[in-house]
Amino acid sequence: MSSDLTRRTAAELADALAAGETTSVEITSAYLDRIAAVDGDVHAFLHVDAEGALAAAREADERRAAGSVRSALDGVPVAVKDVLTTKGLPTTCGSKILEGWVPPYDATVVARLREAGLPILGKTNMDEFAMGSSTEHSAYGPTHNPWDLDRIPGGSGGGSAAAVAAFEAPLAIGTDTGGSIRQPGAVTGTVGVKPTFGGVSRFGLVAMANSLDQAGPVTRTVLDSALLHEVIGGYDPQDSTSIDQPLPALVAAARQGASGDMSGVRVGVIKELGGDGYQAGVRARFDEAVQLLVEAGAEVVEVSCPSFVHALAAYYLIMPSEASSNLAKFDAMRYGLRVLPDGVENPSAEEVMRATRDAGFGDEVKRRIILGTYALSSGYYDAYYGQAQKVRTLISRDFAAAFEQADVLVSPTAPTTAFRIGEKLDDPVSMYLNDIATIPANLAGVPGISLPSGLADEDGLPAGFQILAPALADDRLYRVGAALETLLTTRWGGPLLAQAPELKEVSA
Amino acid sequence: MPDITREEVAHLADLARIDLSDAELDHLAPQLAVILDSVKSINEVAADDVPPTSHALPLTNVFRADVVRPGLTAEEALAGAPEVEQQRFSVPRILGEEA
Repeated sequence: MSSDLTRRTAAELADALAAGETTSVEITSAYLDRIAAVDGDVHAFLHVDAEGALAAAREADERRAAGSVRSALDGVPVAVKDVLTTKGLPTTCGSKILEGWVPPYDATVVARLREAGLPILGKTNMDEFAMGSSTEHSAYGPTHNPWDLDRIPGGSGGGSAAAVAAFEAPLAIGTDTGGSIRQPGAVTGTVGVKPTFGGVSRFGLVAMANSLDQAGPVTRTVLDSALLHEVIGGYDPQDSTSIDQPLPALVAAARQGASGDMSGVRVGVIKELGGDGYQAGVRARFDEAVQLLVEAGAEVVEVSCPSFVHALAAYYLIMPSEASSNLAKFDAMRYGLRVLPDGVENPSAEEVMRATRDAGFGDEVKRRIILGTYALSSGYYDAYYGQAQKVRTLISRDFAAAFEQADVLVSPTAPTTAFRIGEKLDDPVSMYLNDIATIPANLAGVPGISLPSGLADEDGLPAGFQILAPALADDRLYRVGAALETLLTTRWGGPLLAQAPELKEVSA
Repeated sequence: MPDITREEVAHLADLARIDLSDAELDHLAPQLAVILDSVKSINEVAADDVPPTSHALPLTNVFRADVVRPGLTAEEALAGAPEVEQQRFSVPRILGEEA
């Protein structure tokens, strides 16, 4: 029974709870058992809160018995990326500089999860301050891809994606600044959604690049993402960039799409995101998926977004610039690590700050802070940051023109399947290329989803299919995503994750 | 566009308040040069008449009503402090020794 529960989708669990077939305590216990059994190998979690999750589950069961259910997902557990503050639970952002920090407040996303009755299983691993595409930059050790434990689960949200892929959680929260929800989704055979910028509150999300960061759902199915998105999304007065209008009907769009009918939908294939530099097996699964959409009635056109070739360069100037400014707050004074410099008697605050930031930050964080400091320094500002902001305008214009021709745009999510742990660790530029297809959406603020397109022939590892929609039209992701999911799972005879190797379970 | 030298990286690290050891400078400086080389194409892309975008969606200033609402207690705000004294953050000296 218990392993059966962990294999179900969140929507199925919600139905089972509503039908009285199971309880939140049973479900939550089953997931906690699974975490205990496999997370030694996967390392998706930095912190597991068994006691808190079970207490929340008991409350959910009491509410249900009393007939006062709080949301469609009341009682269905969730894992949260360790970059969102959780009152009473450690929040490290994968960094030594925040080791042991317990925030005194909840992020709005976390508060909404609690209000909606979702027990929080724990906090998931990530690249330090969400800087990376492999989760290898976590100060607490890498997460391993459940499809092949020697490979990366993507990043920065590799912990959330691996937790969901390894059946350690039915739902998780990720954050996406340049692809950190979608790329891990692609390489772990799971679903991840980056909502429209401003669609989900950033209050309590420890900022890397605040004009790009966006929290969103990490799940095994498109419908589950829609259910979770409706719980966490919508206006928040605590976030000055929050959009003050209602979310579109996301769950309804996913249910409509699940029929698999694509007639009347115009799909634009982005010419610049494909071809050279994309692994053959990734391209093959992408082309087949597009063909399925055609057979289901979609009208497919090729669109050109010529400025996208400059997106990576613009991103790697804007993001470090914002990050260098945001991370200035880690100054060893009010919270987090404080390290006294060696051999200095009565050190000054500045000397303590320098020693702390050297000891507390990892290589990738230092690279980006220094790069951002450079791009923002006088004499270089116009050439780098100013130019990057202009490219951002050009990318938005490309999107606007493309959405004149198509309702949604599509591409492979990531150029390759999961690479081996250690392979790209000291080659930052090669690491950055993982995000080449996901970055344009962040720069323009438009929403995107990644869902599995199948396994690449070369290595038998998952590849991802990305769908992008205009700002505020997140419902289109769910309509088209659910349709493609139906078409593909019919072809596969079940979900792609059913083909993942069984993980070795150790008894607790 | 100039290459970034080891001395420049040391200067930038100083501006960013990070003590980098010699070994770290040897390791990071060449990587930063490679990264900068990979983004330098940005300089030739956008013409002068293209306006910059700072945020994807247009932003307007947001105000809230000027009313008192609950915030963190002093105890909560100090809970994560490395050092606390008399209900305040205790920090190392901020002035030179001779001051």
